Amino acid sequence: MSRTFSLPDLGEGLTEAEIVAVLVREGDVIREDAPLLEVETDKAQVEIPSPIGGRVEKVHVTPGQTVKVGAPLVTFGEGSAGAPSAPARAAAAAPAAAPARAAAPAAAAPPQAPDRPAGPVAATPATRRLARELGVDLKAVRGSGPGGRVLDADVRAAAGGSRAPAPAAGTATRPAPAGPAKPLASVGLEAPPLPRFEQWGPVERAPLSHLRRTIAERMTLSATLIPHVTHFDRADITDLDAVITRNLEAARAKGVTLTLTAFLLKAAALALLRHPTFNASLDPAAGELILKRYCNLGVAVATERGLIVPVLREIDRKPVLEIARELGALAQRAREGKATLDDLRGGTFTVTNIGALGGTAAIPIINYPEVAILGVARGRLEPVVRQGQIVPRLLLPLTLTFDHRVADGVDGARFAAEIVQLLEAPERLLWEW
Amino acid sequence: MVMGDLVDEVDVAVLGGGPGGYSAAFRCAELGLEAVVIDAAQRLGGACLFEGCIPSKALLHVAAVLSEAERAKELGVDFGEPRISLDPLRKWKQERVVGKLARGLTGVAKTKGVEVIGGRGVFEDSSTLRIEAGETLRKVRFKHAIVATGSRPSGLPGVGARSERIMDSTAALELPDIPERLLVIGGGYIGLEMGTVYATLGSRVTLVEMTDGLLPGVDRDLVQPLQRRVDKLFAAIHLKTRVTGLREAGAGIEAELEGHGAQRFDRVLVAVGRQAQSDGIGLEATRVRLTERGRFVRVDDRGRTDDPRIYAVGDVTGEPMLAHRAMRQGKVAAEVLAGRPAAFDNVAIPAVVFTDPEIAWCGLSEAQAKDQGLAVKIAKFQWAASGRAATLGRSDGLTKLVADAASGRVLGVGVVGPGAGELIAEATLAVETAALVEDVAATIHAHPTLSESLMEAAEHLLG
Repeated sequence: MSRTFSLPDLGEGLTEAEIVAVLVREGDVIREDAPLLEVETDKAQVEIPSPIGGRVEKVHVTPGQTVKVGAPLVTFGEGSAGAPSAPARAAAAAPAAAPARAAAPAAAAPPQAPDRPAGPVAATPATRRLARELGVDLKAVRGSGPGGRVLDADVRAAAGGSRAPAPAAGTATRPAPAGPAKPLASVGLEAPPLPRFEQWGPVERAPLSHLRRTIAERMTLSATLIPHVTHFDRADITDLDAVITRNLEAARAKGVTLTLTAFLLKAAALALLRHPTFNASLDPAAGELILKRYCNLGVAVATERGLIVPVLREIDRKPVLEIARELGALAQRAREGKATLDDLRGGTFTVTNIGALGGTAAIPIINYPEVAILGVARGRLEPVVRQGQIVPRLLLPLTLTFDHRVADGVDGARFAAEIVQLLEAPERLLWEW
Repeated sequence: MVMGDLVDEVDVAVLGGGPGGYSAAFRCAELGLEAVVIDAAQRLGGACLFEGCIPSKALLHVAAVLSEAERAKELGVDFGEPRISLDPLRKWKQERVVGKLARGLTGVAKTKGVEVIGGRGVFEDSSTLRIEAGETLRKVRFKHAIVATGSRPSGLPGVGARSERIMDSTAALELPDIPERLLVIGGGYIGLEMGTVYATLGSRVTLVEMTDGLLPGVDRDLVQPLQRRVDKLFAAIHLKTRVTGLREAGAGIEAELEGHGAQRFDRVLVAVGRQAQSDGIGLEATRVRLTERGRFVRVDDRGRTDDPRIYAVGDVTGEPMLAHRAMRQGKVAAEVLAGRPAAFDNVAIPAVVFTDPEIAWCGLSEAQAKDQGLAVKIAKFQWAASGRAATLGRSDGLTKLVADAASGRVLGVGVVGPGAGELIAEATLAVETAALVEDVAATIHAHPTLSESLMEAAEHLLG
């Protein structure tokens, strides 16, 4: 009997998703929980694991297509089963642990093993206690005991089972490397098990929201994969501040709120044109640096649900006023949760301005797979010595965090200095674009 | 020092000294948490010990002795007509049964170092309880509180009259007299148990039930043997009947029974259910939330309410309102507070109706399996084939086993017959531990006992 797998409910009221990549081909025989598709919603990009094992008979979707919840994705052929055959099962290590894995919890939940008996989980109270102790969701564990009873050993296996981080994820879509390039070694780090915090006092377990999980995954990926290096600098923005103040009303007359961030974006974009290494992505599998001939800057926006990074396009080609206008509209959409897929994709470099919240400096983490991120703290009036005189100047702390695999300290210093010079001579921002 | 400035600080303040409350407090103490119990009557045991399970079972034991003596005539033994003296009976129930158990709990509390504070506890905020006891006022500041205020009998809406002749279950258990004619309103377990007590002691009992059967929700084949018995024992049973009015008339009560006209009774027992006691304890000063239906305190499987400092257990948290559920919940809440990985994730909560015959069940019922469209197999063992039942002269029992059709896992058991309340324990263990029908069938059961009936039912299912 062939079985069709449809787009599951992705949670958070999402009704559709865009297919980013199809990770299987028709005719492939895959095991349960193997990566099936990558989809992107307006909240996050997620990988959907296969709910069953078997032969892929038909793939109903293609990358780039937008599909609604409930639309057929993949049909599996005869003999597909929730329970993989014995050797396949052994290879899968701990299929039971998969739903606990991060990628797509809401997606993983509905396609339950169809052969699971009705009623509460079959396990003794002592086994259920063990499951709580080890943080294992019993509903996701396939019992090996009589009548499908979940045994202590099943729970321990689910808790300790390795979670192969699906290195195959991208291979289906990635072109073969050209030339003699060689892949870099994979990181392959597993978090050690947590202690039982309950032994020291009551604890509470709160599931991560969809967005929180996405942020956590992205940050872990970035911090784990990328050797970060951070360069500090300060820009004297006394003149720039005066420019902004003088032009606030004029801009407002055009319906635009002129902000420092708009000038920052412009300065960063102009600096990126001269330092293309920072407007790139490293392809470790191919051993290549992908230099981007476009300049789309992400701006970190704090929303009630968490951090999201909408993207402004072709900053290098737009006047500051236009950047300020787009930035205002984009940030508002993001805060209202109305950012579209296009708003969130295609960035080449990110700017994060925490100045509104104060602070003297922050070291941001690179927005993977970009190469660098510019952090800005609050500008403060400080005593500066000029021509032997102490004068009050408005100084803006900048931190540039970049990928040390791609660039060295000297490159970062030069790039940051370029941004500082542009901010200190705001007229250049007007005529250099 | 001004009264009211006296503030005690404790790890856990348990509000209510019933089975849920004292189980929680004792477990807290065992796990090294300092716990106090605040109880209006400054005693441990609650409704269960003082106005529920225990006194009713004491009276039902008396009823059983009387029934057995009556039945003995068939076996050639005649004790003659029983003479019932209410004073010694009440004294035995109150002192030898309830009093003894209450003293036992007090002793346990002392041994475990659990203080029982007398007074009405009212939350002032999420970390303070104000305890009102007459003129004195005392405050307890707690790290955590466990609400275990239980339930109280529901009144009969719309029939107004207040009279000491109109009793709730608490009053009926006091056994004020043996009324000649007793009206029992409600065909649930309380109405049937108390109706049985009074009928056996000599009252002419009329029972009215609003729905179309006794013990609504219980499988009909389990109810049938009891139905046959009470049909004989009670003067009348009116199903699908409402009581539309109750009023004092001379030395009795005139009841308006829909479809059966006005009838006179000497006493009336209202047993239409119980409601949560979530009011009057200041929960509105905390973040605790109540359910829309039933005004129960909303809790999760760890006993946590919406207020992170406050837990709740027992009847006040919802159905089924049973002491043994409360006790388990109390222990779970205490263990969670002590940082243990406990949860109230029990699959089976046994329920027992202590009538004659007894009815007991746990887990999935046949009716539920049908309603939910589950693929189950059902086996019924009639006690007519049981040796032990024959020797007891009681072959009217039935043991029923509900199992998952595919895996053979025991999902539910129902028993009717004498001793059903004890037999259900093995069944509950089977359901809770996910035993298979085969496990039950292959376990040796002592012969001749009624417990064999479960094994027989299991063997029948295996074929």
